[in-house]
Amino acid sequence: MNKSNDILLHYLTRITVFFVFIFSIYLFFAGHNQPGGGFIGGLMTACTFLLLFLNFDREKIKKALPFAFTSFIAIGLLLALGTGAWSMLFNGDPFLTHYFDYFDLPFLGETELTSALPFDLGIYFIVVGIAVTITLAIAEDDQ
Amino acid sequence: MSILHWAILTPFLAAIFIPFLFRYIKKAHTGWFVLLVPIALFVYFISFLSDTSDGNAITKTVDWVPSLGVQFTAYVDGLSLLFALLISGIGALVVLYSIFYLDKSKEQLNQFYVYLLMFMGAMFGIVLSDNLIVLYIFWELTSLASALLISYWYKRDKSIYGAQKSMLITVFGGFSMLAGFCLLYGIADTFSIRELIAQADLISSSTMFVPAMILILLGAFTKSAQFPFHIWLPDAMEAPTPVSAYLHSATMVKAGIYLVARMTPIFGGSWEWFWIITIVGLITLCWGSISAVRQKDLKGILAFSTISQLGMIMALLGIGSASYFYDSDQSTAYFAVATVAGIFHLLNHATFKGGLFMAAGIIDHETGTRDIRKLGGLMSIMPVTFTISLIGLAAMAGLPPFNGFISKEMFFTGTLRVTELSEVGSLGMLIPIFAWIASIFTFLYCLIMFVRTFFGTYKPDEHEQKAHEAPIGMLISPLILVSLVIIIGLFPGLVAKPLIQPAVTAILPTLATNSEFAVKLSMFHGWNLELFMTIGVAIGAIALFLLSKKWGELALYKRERDPLNTLYDRGLDGLISGSQVITRAQMTGLLRDYFSYMCVFIVGIVAYTAFRSDAFLFSINESAPVPFYMWMLTIVFILATISTLFVKKRMTLVIVVGFVGFLMALLFVVFRAPDLALTQLLVETVSVLLFMLAFYHLPELPKETAKTPVKVRNILISAGVGAMVTLIGISSFIMGSNSGLTSISEYFIENSKELGGGYNMVNVILVDFRGLDTILEGLVLAIAALSVIAMIKLRFKGGEDV
Repeated sequence: MNKSNDILLHYLTRITVFFVFIFSIYLFFAGHNQPGGGFIGGLMTACTFLLLFLNFDREKIKKALPFAFTSFIAIGLLLALGTGAWSMLFNGDPFLTHYFDYFDLPFLGETELTSALPFDLGIYFIVVGIAVTITLAIAEDDQ
Repeated sequence: MSILHWAILTPFLAAIFIPFLFRYIKKAHTGWFVLLVPIALFVYFISFLSDTSDGNAITKTVDWVPSLGVQFTAYVDGLSLLFALLISGIGALVVLYSIFYLDKSKEQLNQFYVYLLMFMGAMFGIVLSDNLIVLYIFWELTSLASALLISYWYKRDKSIYGAQKSMLITVFGGFSMLAGFCLLYGIADTFSIRELIAQADLISSSTMFVPAMILILLGAFTKSAQFPFHIWLPDAMEAPTPVSAYLHSATMVKAGIYLVARMTPIFGGSWEWFWIITIVGLITLCWGSISAVRQKDLKGILAFSTISQLGMIMALLGIGSASYFYDSDQSTAYFAVATVAGIFHLLNHATFKGGLFMAAGIIDHETGTRDIRKLGGLMSIMPVTFTISLIGLAAMAGLPPFNGFISKEMFFTGTLRVTELSEVGSLGMLIPIFAWIASIFTFLYCLIMFVRTFFGTYKPDEHEQKAHEAPIGMLISPLILVSLVIIIGLFPGLVAKPLIQPAVTAILPTLATNSEFAVKLSMFHGWNLELFMTIGVAIGAIALFLLSKKWGELALYKRERDPLNTLYDRGLDGLISGSQVITRAQMTGLLRDYFSYMCVFIVGIVAYTAFRSDAFLFSINESAPVPFYMWMLTIVFILATISTLFVKKRMTLVIVVGFVGFLMALLFVVFRAPDLALTQLLVETVSVLLFMLAFYHLPELPKETAKTPVKVRNILISAGVGAMVTLIGISSFIMGSNSGLTSISEYFIENSKELGGGYNMVNVILVDFRGLDTILEGLVLAIAALSVIAMIKLRFKGGEDV
């Protein structure tokens, strides 16, 4: 969080952040069939944000990433609860019934689409929001 | 989901849009958009009228948690329809009134209408759901929404106090009601009210009958402000007046009445039910009406009058349940008069009390005060408000030709008929006498309110504003309500058949086939005892009013606040100081202490349970062979853990702890749990990162200065935890291999692809099989994050305490 002039560190961070971020997205999507998922992907994404905040000027990062991380939590909860309620509201099934089926999509070929995905996306958002919010709250204290 | 379900959820869905409407459409008052919701719902519910008036009921079910017997079953019969029409009808008028009452440039309208819509939806949920658990959830939602509305002007201490009080009392009742529901489930194995009624005989023969009844009644009594739980209602008057008119006279407080009416087919026919409800209702009636006389605040008078009128309806429902004691058509119909009176008065009360609250709000709005000692002479200045109040108060006092007169007469009829019950005995004569006395006081406070506000000298110096008549928009709603008062009073037949009769037959189902029973409402019954009682009430009250100089000096009269409040305040103080004692003992500020408490507790409870069920098994013969690298891994693990005790430098400590964490991840990999290993790795990384952030600010590691007994204690605790975990691990392994039960993971391995559509079992469990756990964990995390923000960003200044 301190202002640092370490050029090497800055460059390294700039490069790694993208790799870590892309890997976290991969982890998120891989989750259904391989290790990964919303929780792990979210943690990893949070790591990229933290890495940025750790190495760069805080104000600059806030300008580059103008997100209110607290609202991530709300978005995530709404997504997860909304997916859960969807089955009840529109299909008359019990709360949190999930659906999946295979579709033929352009470019991707036969793809499995599940309603667990938006649910997991909610978890992802919650985790990112919480990890970044708590860390920033602690780090910005006393400054 | 049927249209009916959507109708119940409409207010909640509409609430989502309110903040956006408030922010982006500045020109129009947000209330105009909100108004559409109750109007649409009112029109929708009217369409059920033809069905229910024939005695039919509509049921629509959606499964929610079918494995636990929780279904969202919407059920419309005469009783729930009456309430639904009240909620939407009065709701529309209140929203219309609030548009002119709340200034769009000064107030946080988005919050107000979100809470109001949330409340409205929750009320629909209560009255229209057949499942007790769903009912309970909506029930608590009304408590929550009403607390938010009471504390709407949250900068005032009194608002916060009132909101907290209503919340504490109604939620206490809600919890006990939930316990009662669970007892009912234990007896009859269903949460559906329909099915419970079908098994009423089974329930009444159970030993849990009376406990379940009392627990449920506690919920109803706290919600409907029955004695001695009524003390929250006067303090709830800190809410804006539209809220008072809506929540605290027309709808929320009637939820308790609804519950009692709904439960009558289950519990009615037992003397406990009859006596508890009748006595509590009568006490509330008397106490409320006497207390109202003491009030100096217009809304205070109305609050206590609501309490007393709710007591009256409650007592009538109790008396009406006497018709369950008889089999013959004639006697059943004879005692059902009380229930008819109760339901009819419920409707009347909503009309005249809603109008009166709005009139009080107008007076407050236009003069800046609600104190009757400062008011006076407003008759010529505010003629329309005067007319509204005149009609409302006359109806409340029970004067013809208004609707309150009819229900008051029937109330007397009901109380007189109780005395004819052979089991009640000679003391039963007290019931009509108490009813009569309470009616005198009711008449008296109506008279006081009327005379002190509108007659006498006009005192402009006492008012904050120059008084004038309210704008026309503010007058529409109360005018509609008082015209209903007159219309229902003059033509009671309009509501008797379509509304009152189906509601009464829902409470007393035997009446549906009873040839002797028909709801007949009329203004004049002939020169009977009831009429003379009313005349006596009027004479007595006027006499008391003329003598007010004399009894105005009484000490009890001067005490405006209810004496029971002292009890509540002391209890609250005791609760706070008691919890502070516990907190001081427990929250020492040392992380180690917290760990000790937790470890001792967990080890103690697990060891106790295991010993009781004889679950400790110890044998290492049957375990699988351990490969060499596992030995090495374990030894390194143990060494690293032990070395943390002896490290003196913080940097080294961070590295060693991180090492332990990464070893843990390695163990997960060895045991083929890649998800856990990944999570562990990431968590470890984040915590090391956090450590780095805070590193500069941390003090040097203090030297260990603990005395020997403390050290011994710590060693004992850690050794106990270690031994415990080892024992449980070995025992469960042996148990698993001995019992021959298949491991639960088999189920998930077989079904995760089939049912969840994914190969990663852990993930499928997280998002699918146990999705609810995941959501709730997310909720817990979110609350934790919010409290971190609250603790760090909104920190209290030195010396301030929560």
